[in-house]
Amino acid sequence: MHIAEGFLPPLHAVAWGAASAPFVVHGVRALTREVKANPESTLLLGASGAFTFVLSALKIPSVTGSCSHPTGTGLGAILFRPPIMAVLGTITLLFQALLLAHGGLTTLGANVFSMAVAGPWAGYAVYRLLRKFDLPLMVAVFFGAFFADLVTYCVTSVQLALAFPDAATGFTGALVKFAEIFALTQIPLAVSEGLLTVLVMRLLMQSSKSDLIRLGVAKLTGSEKQREAAV
Amino acid sequence: MTRNAKINTLLLLLVAALAVLPLALGLGDGKEEPFAGADAQAEAAITELRPDYEPWFSPLYEPPSAEVESALFALQAALGAGVLAYYFGVRKGRRQGAAAVAAATPAETPATES
Repeated sequence: MHIAEGFLPPLHAVAWGAASAPFVVHGVRALTREVKANPESTLLLGASGAFTFVLSALKIPSVTGSCSHPTGTGLGAILFRPPIMAVLGTITLLFQALLLAHGGLTTLGANVFSMAVAGPWAGYAVYRLLRKFDLPLMVAVFFGAFFADLVTYCVTSVQLALAFPDAATGFTGALVKFAEIFALTQIPLAVSEGLLTVLVMRLLMQSSKSDLIRLGVAKLTGSEKQREAAV
Repeated sequence: MTRNAKINTLLLLLVAALAVLPLALGLGDGKEEPFAGADAQAEAAITELRPDYEPWFSPLYEPPSAEVESALFALQAALGAGVLAYYFGVRKGRRQGAAAVAAATPAETPATES
């Protein structure tokens, strides 16, 4: 979903930068607040950022005969809420823009908006909605991560269609073209990302349940409540 | 294998199958460049839609070859995987430490009382 360096007209680049900046600034504040209030979160914050690092480096073949990569932003959005993910996602995108020539500085605003803002918020919304309907945690985590991934690529398609409308069919025609490249390719990858996020969440449930309870992701089970009460 | 470990292995196998199936089924066969990156395809689509468009900025640093680029991608994945492994290692150590303390405490309590 990386829009390559220089591949957005200057006006679009500036507009997407302006749209993303408040989310990142707000995210930095949320992040410093979280670290101050709960220093023990630092380790899990690092792990959430690391998950994005790994997943966005994996280029995986897809059904359309092309390769693309997951984003890994659903996990952090579910654990720490989307504002913090905006920061972690931006760090990943900066690393890739500066060292890999993947994405770019002029397109950073647009890429941050799709991968670090729109995706995490969409995934988080789906996750919360499913939890509200009392679906099992892992089902909500799967679909949260799935949509965080897929929505990122849909937003990239919209961004490119806005900048490069088709001469004959306009915005819609271009959107279909870019969605065929990005969104279709992404469906199996979004499933993979959902499964991997469930896997990490399961490992976290085994290793760091207390953190998950503090973050409001997990609840104490009946027997654990009894044990706590006994202590 | 415990039930938990079985489910985790199954999840990994599913992810692997999703990645390998497109290759095994030869879904890229008809393409000019099978399994090219979607990002590169988007660039091609832009040049198709707007042949006169010139990128107006170029990367400050570009990996000198595909090999160096894949090395840097591997570095990114390794950094991430390293931090994740460190996290789970620390948590495991803490759990084992807590369990060891819990196991030792009942034996020590009578000694301090006497």
